[in-house]
Amino acid sequence: MMSPEERQEIEHEIACYPYKQAVCVDALKILQKHRGWVSDEAVKEVAEILEMSPSEVDSVATFYNLIYRQPTGRHVIHVCDSISCWVMGCGSICEHLKKRLGINMGETTPDGRFTLLPIVCLGACDKAPAMMVGKTTHENLTPETIDALLEKLP
Amino acid sequence: MSDIKYLPGKEPHPSEHRLIFKNIDREGWDTSIDTYIADGGYEQLKKAITMEPSAITNEVKASGLRGRGGAGFPTGVKWGFIPPNNTKPVYLICNADESEPGTFKDRYILHQDPHQLIEGMVISAFAVGAKVAFIYIREEFPEAALTIERAIEEARAKSLVGKDILGSGFDLEIWVHRGAAAYICGEETGLIESLEGKRPYPRIKPPYFPAALGLYMAPTIVNNVESLCHVKHIIEMGGAEYAKLGVERNTGTRILCVSGDVKNPGYYEVQVGKVTMGELLNDICGGPKDGRSFKAVIPGGSSSKILRCEEVFKIGKGEDAKDLAFWDIQMDFDTLAACGTMAGSGGVIVLDDSRKMSWVLNNINHFYAHESCGQCTPCREGNGWMKKISDRIVNGLAAPEDIQTLEDVAYQIDGKTICAFGEASSWPVEAIISKFRDELTAETSEDNQRLSKEQLQREAYLTK
Ligand SMILES: NC(=O)C1=CN([C@@H]2O[C@H](COP(=O)(O)OP(=O)(O)OC[C@H]3O[C@@H](n4cnc5c(N)ncnc54)[C@H](O)[C@@H]3O)[C@@H](O)[C@H]2O)C=CC1
Ligand SMILES: Cc1cc2nc3c(=O)[nH]c(=O)nc-3n(C[C@H](O)[C@H](O)[C@H](O)COP(=O)(O)O)c2cc1C
Ligand code: SF4
Ligand code: FES
Repeated sequence: MMSPEERQEIEHEIACYPYKQAVCVDALKILQKHRGWVSDEAVKEVAEILEMSPSEVDSVATFYNLIYRQPTGRHVIHVCDSISCWVMGCGSICEHLKKRLGINMGETTPDGRFTLLPIVCLGACDKAPAMMVGKTTHENLTPETIDALLEKLP
Repeated sequence: MSDIKYLPGKEPHPSEHRLIFKNIDREGWDTSIDTYIADGGYEQLKKAITMEPSAITNEVKASGLRGRGGAGFPTGVKWGFIPPNNTKPVYLICNADESEPGTFKDRYILHQDPHQLIEGMVISAFAVGAKVAFIYIREEFPEAALTIERAIEEARAKSLVGKDILGSGFDLEIWVHRGAAAYICGEETGLIESLEGKRPYPRIKPPYFPAALGLYMAPTIVNNVESLCHVKHIIEMGGAEYAKLGVERNTGTRILCVSGDVKNPGYYEVQVGKVTMGELLNDICGGPKDGRSFKAVIPGGSSSKILRCEEVFKIGKGEDAKDLAFWDIQMDFDTLAACGTMAGSGGVIVLDDSRKMSWVLNNINHFYAHESCGQCTPCREGNGWMKKISDRIVNGLAAPEDIQTLEDVAYQIDGKTICAFGEASSWPVEAIISKFRDELTAETSEDNQRLSKEQLQREAYLTK
């Protein structure tokens, strides 16, 4: 069930656009913000409020890299694996993260703290290797800076 | 500009000519409107708003400005494509989806100089007659979106955005729209579909050139962040004066984003065509890392064709043809095109002698296979297949004929798709194979399983 808060945020977006469908991505992001990910239920709820079919909404939801159609950990770590980061050693960064967290790419730690995912170029290639955790991009990564960063995340 | 101080260690290189990046890393600089105005900000808007809109377009035409998003299409000419008898609203869209691997200039503008972009946008919107403008910012840039939104509010409070701008009677609303992360949203028609809330499938051009049929099927001008910033400087200098920067047909300045195997990666704003590849890599960027030498350069974002450092190009035709060594390439649209590649988004990716080309190829193939929107069969299937073949090469499982198959697949994509992603994904493959065929073949083995025709068909089909 959509909470009053979620509904209100979506209605606010609807008011900004000439027709409801234009809000699709925003509506999905609003539900993801509150719930952490976009479930089948959420897809149906968005479809209903925007007068679209669930499959139309799902075709949008599954398209984008940052709409999660599976549950994620509290912190999603996106490691850039595009060319400049690869040149600057994102491979060893991924290995370090996998070892430290004890999971593979695409997995979540059993305590639900971290999810590890690859991402395409983050526009920080001059300070490669780079990764994005939540909303923050971290640059010039080394195993040490990663360890220090992970310590700080609850 | 000489009185401007930069943060220690962040001073521009003497070969740079900063217009757009004047305020990046500047000492005492912040993103507030007061700082911007104290530095002469929004004066060009005040000037532009007293001009005839067509006069602004003419200045932009005279400046010779070419789009900094990658295709290098003349901005003023594009603005002129809005149908003259148009009765629909006109939209302006700032493309801040920056996602071509190796490109990172727009992010710096959004983070450190948002008002420059807003001033450029208001002037541009006035010129093309748009009353509504959008800034499409990729989801991976949340801080940029926040900074821009704050800046728009500041500008609104000073009557620089919104109703009746500076008492001129001109209204402009600017909305920030966030994507949800997909490379194809940078393609202008994919961006427009995304803005309409749909799956971002690019539209076919023609007829859907946005200038004629764009957002909500109304005339829409899509320009890159950097392109829109240049408009402000064109008003300041005058089109003819601006055109004196750079070289013929390649005017003004542009930001080169250098990354990869160099001593000093970073952003360097130079006059277009006034710096050669050798000067850029050896003088400005400090040369290769210690003990290494340069091997190859991808000059304009990952979709441009790679250049080998020992290559010599034949430039011009007939009598005028002359040889041009890699190091002497002028960094401009026309010279890079004459060398068989493109200036693209300005992302210069440097590779040294420690890099195996099969790995470079494989990394690029993975990127494009993941980001294809899937609308056209050659692109969707071909990119998946190319990824599979290059996986086989790097894993030591490829037979020599796989290289030929890979090349054939690339040529089957090139030129046969709805949007330029087809070229963006096949050009790197074509170039890496034609320039490093021996190196790639050396990684294959006659002993490896040769796939039968049937297996190849199966593999082509099962590309995921
Ligand atoms: N900055 C980045 O992150 C990226 C940049 N790119 C670049 O994008 C480029 C390809 O972009 P496209 O938009 O497909 O190139 P294009 O050549 O089709 O168009 C360039 C611009 O000119 C306009 N235009 C061209 N002919 C027109 C006509 N007859 N009428 C009206 N308008 C016209 C287009 O609408 C567009 O705005 C590539 O060269 C690549 O370098 C690619 C990926 C990412
Ligand atoms: C696959 C693909 C991705 C693109 N991504 C971007 C981008 O991220 N930013 C951008 O400004 N242009 C991008 N472009 C180019 C745009 O389609 C368009 O040409 C550009 O925004 C026009 O602005 P300009 O004339 O100021 O360069 C892309 C093109 C393609 C084919
Ligand atoms: S070329 Fe590729 S990215 Fe472009 S529309 Fe076709 S499938 Fe989509
Ligand atoms: S390649 Fe990783 S940030 Fe650009």
